[in-house]
Amino acid sequence: MAAITADTGGRRFVDTVLRARELSILAALIVLVAVTTAVNSSFLSTQGVKDIFLNASILALLAVGQTMVVVTRNIDLSVGSVVGLVAFASGKFVAGHDRNVLLVLVVGMLIGAVCGLVNGVLVSFFKVPALVVTLGTLYVIQGLDYYWAHGQQINAADVPASLLDLGNGSVLGIPYLPLITVVVMVAVGYYLRAYPSGREFYAIGSNPDAARLAGIAIRKRILTAYVVSGVLAGLAGVLWLARFGTVVADAAHGWELKVVSAVVVGGVAIVGGLGSVYGAALGALLLTTIGSVLVVLKVNSFWQDAIAGALLLLAISVDRLLALRVTRALRKRNARHGA
Amino acid sequence: MAPEAPAKASAVRPRVEAPRPLTRFVRWDVIVTALLIVVFLGGAFGTSDFATSDNLSFALDDLSEIALIALPMTLLVVAAEVDLSVASILGLCSALFGALWDAGWAIQMIIPFILVVGVVAGLINGLLVTRLGLPSLAVTIGTMTLYRGLAYVVLGTKAVAEFPQNYADLATKTVPGTPIPYPFALFILLAIVTAIVLHATGLGRSLFAIGAQEEAAFFAGIRVKRIKLLLFVVSGLVSAFAGAVYTLRYGSARADNGLGLELAVIASVLLGGVDFDGGKGTLGGVIAGVLLIGLLRNLLMLRDVATEIQSIVTGLLLIVSVLTPRIAALVRQARRHPRGATPSASS
Amino acid sequence: MSESPPILALKDVCKAFGAVRALQDVSLELWGGEIHALAGENGAGKSTLVKTLAGVHRPDEGQVLLDGRPVEFHGPGDAQQAGVAVIYQEPTLFPDLSVAENIFMGRQPRSKFGRIDRGALRAETAKLFERLGVALDPDRPARGLSIADQQIVEIAKAISRDARVLIMDEPTAALSGNEVARLFTVARTLQDQGCALLFISHRLEEIFDLCQRVTTLRDGRYISTELLDGLTADDLVQRMVGRELDTLYPKQETTIGAPVLKVSRLTREGVFTDVSFEVRSGEIVALAGLVGAGRSEVARAIFGIDRYDAGSVEVGTVELSGGSPTTAMSAGLALVPEDRRQQGLVMEGSIERNIGLTQLRSLRRGPVISRKVERDRAADWAIRLQLKYGRLSDVVGVLSGGNQQKVVLAKWLSTEPSVLIIDEPTRGIDVGTKSEVHRLLSELAGQGLAVLMISSDLPEVLGMADRVLVMHEGRLTAEIPRDEATEETVMAAATGQTRQEDVSGRASSGQRSAGSEATEVTKEDGALGAREPRSRQRAQGGRA
Repeated sequence: MAAITADTGGRRFVDTVLRARELSILAALIVLVAVTTAVNSSFLSTQGVKDIFLNASILALLAVGQTMVVVTRNIDLSVGSVVGLVAFASGKFVAGHDRNVLLVLVVGMLIGAVCGLVNGVLVSFFKVPALVVTLGTLYVIQGLDYYWAHGQQINAADVPASLLDLGNGSVLGIPYLPLITVVVMVAVGYYLRAYPSGREFYAIGSNPDAARLAGIAIRKRILTAYVVSGVLAGLAGVLWLARFGTVVADAAHGWELKVVSAVVVGGVAIVGGLGSVYGAALGALLLTTIGSVLVVLKVNSFWQDAIAGALLLLAISVDRLLALRVTRALRKRNARHGA
Repeated sequence: MAPEAPAKASAVRPRVEAPRPLTRFVRWDVIVTALLIVVFLGGAFGTSDFATSDNLSFALDDLSEIALIALPMTLLVVAAEVDLSVASILGLCSALFGALWDAGWAIQMIIPFILVVGVVAGLINGLLVTRLGLPSLAVTIGTMTLYRGLAYVVLGTKAVAEFPQNYADLATKTVPGTPIPYPFALFILLAIVTAIVLHATGLGRSLFAIGAQEEAAFFAGIRVKRIKLLLFVVSGLVSAFAGAVYTLRYGSARADNGLGLELAVIASVLLGGVDFDGGKGTLGGVIAGVLLIGLLRNLLMLRDVATEIQSIVTGLLLIVSVLTPRIAALVRQARRHPRGATPSASS
Repeated sequence: MSESPPILALKDVCKAFGAVRALQDVSLELWGGEIHALAGENGAGKSTLVKTLAGVHRPDEGQVLLDGRPVEFHGPGDAQQAGVAVIYQEPTLFPDLSVAENIFMGRQPRSKFGRIDRGALRAETAKLFERLGVALDPDRPARGLSIADQQIVEIAKAISRDARVLIMDEPTAALSGNEVARLFTVARTLQDQGCALLFISHRLEEIFDLCQRVTTLRDGRYISTELLDGLTADDLVQRMVGRELDTLYPKQETTIGAPVLKVSRLTREGVFTDVSFEVRSGEIVALAGLVGAGRSEVARAIFGIDRYDAGSVEVGTVELSGGSPTTAMSAGLALVPEDRRQQGLVMEGSIERNIGLTQLRSLRRGPVISRKVERDRAADWAIRLQLKYGRLSDVVGVLSGGNQQKVVLAKWLSTEPSVLIIDEPTRGIDVGTKSEVHRLLSELAGQGLAVLMISSDLPEVLGMADRVLVMHEGRLTAEIPRDEATEETVMAAATGQTRQEDVSGRASSGQRSAGSEATEVTKEDGALGAREPRSRQRAQGGRA
């Protein structure tokens, strides 16, 4: 995150408020890890940590794309189906051939881009509600995927070693997957924060009417957000294949809501205008870590979904209560200083 | 011409008389109803097994849960809210049904119990939305995960079967002398009630006002929060009941029962012409929407079209249902102002 | 001045929305170094004209001329590129972004690789605020700013563009005297720098004070363009309305009865403090004060929209529990709110449904609503209030502002209230309907209704009220009987120039001394309603 010297009290205040969410998730993560390690020291083993990061990477990648969309006061529910489609499609693409890894990635991202483009055009050009449109494309893409797969599956044996290596190998002890996610996250995060056009995504979500009057190219930005979300879903699809090797048609089924959960837990306001990709990625990491913790603590893994849901509710409720308290505090402060 | 208009009212400023909009007659719910008839006739003439009473009652029975839940969902969407947790409540109640049956409870005890659970689940949604002022989309995405998770906690991946035949019959047999299964008959009854509530009572008027302009509704003395809370509770209650129906109909209680059903419900509500932004819609349209989706699925199944295609058709219908009015508006606008920018009748 | 072409001009512009012709053959020329006023009733097409100049709307016919050459703005961005800046009626800020980002959105100072130079961004914003003489933190989010501060940010945004044309669409509606004065200073500085300015206001005195030339529109048609020198306010109103006006304030003498609304020690922390007053039946009590003094907030709290922290509200003999409009209504209260479009009406609902919304219970026949009763009642009120409409099933959104206000009135009067609270009864409605509303209020009071009227329109306050209550910074500072209420006494109390001891309680003994102070105040502030003496050339020199 941009390190800016805090030169005024107001500055510090604003920054604290903005980062409060990232910090509180981080704190929750640390507490969670500490407690779990105290109970079972094997939790913090190299392999354990690696697994968590591997598992979180794909979700975090999707969360980064989803953040761009949600920040503009929209939503992309089709990501899960895009991951499934691309995972299967790229599996078909590589099966029996020794394809270049880069080529596979490009093909996967292209498919994702097309899906994102369709969503983006429908939402930005025809101004139909994003939830409905992406729900529709979710059905359609999923249907296409299932129809194509028709019960077949991709087996690890068909996938070239170079691709599998991408999903499970590492450089300097750091697995590729989280590396890719971090690079993407930092790039998107930096763009959104440091570039004028990046700020426009926030402006659109914060007040669409004002954005129009300010001459912001709303359609273009929303289209971009969807295409980025699609491309990242495509990338995630290929990484899914690389990581698991075996792919059935319903890969990543239901993930769209998992991604939205991660994003919201990560402090991105569902009504747009507020939040960062870092928070969203942390949200993904937290959700994944909880999953692993349950396994380590031998809690019935069935609790995982329930806890994820409760966490999401807790996150938005706390946010809301804080906001209400801030409003009230501001009102009372006004009282003292006079209106 | 309004006969009650004061005679000299228009003397000062000439009244701008817009041509009666054609859209009055080509309303979306009318189109959907027409489409429904076309699909039905097409099915009747094109597919031999379609128009049999066995098949139709099967098709209707298959629609039971979606149809039932679509009723409270319509009220919610008209009031500019949404409940994505309905299928999870259904799943949770189905799981509870199984677990309690396994534990030796009697069915007549189980059903009231799960109905209470449904009410509580709806109450949680409603309180989070009305007390904290959270967007229902976010809240119900959360409770959707939570309730489904609890369903797994209750029953794991087990399936409980073997329910008493008389109850199973209630869920599958038809009302004597008609091709209408009992659950669907109940739907018809509830649909009539809902239609009256929505279109002919003060509550219905309030719902439209809340959906169109919540602040103005509140200023007019409408108890916005209380009404919304009620809607979420009713939605939970109906979903719980649908859970019982689902369990008995399939004779199997599982935690993943009704997975993804919320999307089908919302699809049929929107297909029926209810505006996702609230304030507009008719229950007639929703009923047509529900039936259209049900008949299409049935037809595709009879013609051995892969189930995947059904999902594609549902998705496309959903997109078309929101896209068509948009395109129509754009075309109208383009025709009126060949170079015009945005339509807004500000002074 | 006539050597070079006007900086921005409209030539024979027409614009229609559906069947409504918003502009017909309208021409306008904005010259550098001149502040041009645009006058017209609501619905005359002023806002459409502004949006056409701003590139939001494109004309159906006619041309927009920039430096004498036709241009086509494809969106607000194009107009901004051309140097046109607009301050809209409603502030258009991004609540989640910082004040600095709001001002420079799309034009942020850049450093290497096109990144935002945050240091420069902050510094330039601070410089702008210094120039405007305000102390706002550039880094604070826009969320939570007062309306006046939001308007300041809008002004900073406009001047930061180094615009050649500055359009101000009712920028003063929400500003207090000081802030208006500050805005005018900025406007005159820009004028001296050779900018062309277009100024819209409902307050005619502001037009006469600030502008040199005026263009009048009526019903979307161009009426005239002339120098303001030598023109009187009556001339201008004549052109705007196109007919002679009836006597503006048809105040009837009424017999004033027992207190109906009793408010005592009402407090909402940070908003208003210790507000006590009574309204008697047959009485019109005006609640005056500057915008932001807490008047509407008091009304909201009385009606139960917001909760209050202390105090009580009694209607008749019933003490309200607070926080529930429904109970307030059943006790006999009615509130015609300030914001018609958001709070008063369901804009996409029909006339009859809007009128019926407050008494759904009484429309029932059995458990269901009778459409006939609903329609009959609406028709009845439409006739009583002389509503101009096509069909009762038309959406209220298509009605003019004045007729919309009548629908709101019908909606509330049909609840047969004993107390009517009416917030800005004539804001944004045309002069003709305005006097109809005044006559109606007067009649209702004559029939024994207790009326609490909040108004920022000083002549309206003085013309209609039996008693004037004045608020300043969340407190009631004066209670002035009708025969002692003048612009001076009211303004003095509104700007806080009256000493506390003079008005504590319901005394009016100290009013005379307060009145003499007030003359000074109005001169300094040029505040609300009062005509400012023309010493502005000097004042301007001093500030700039």
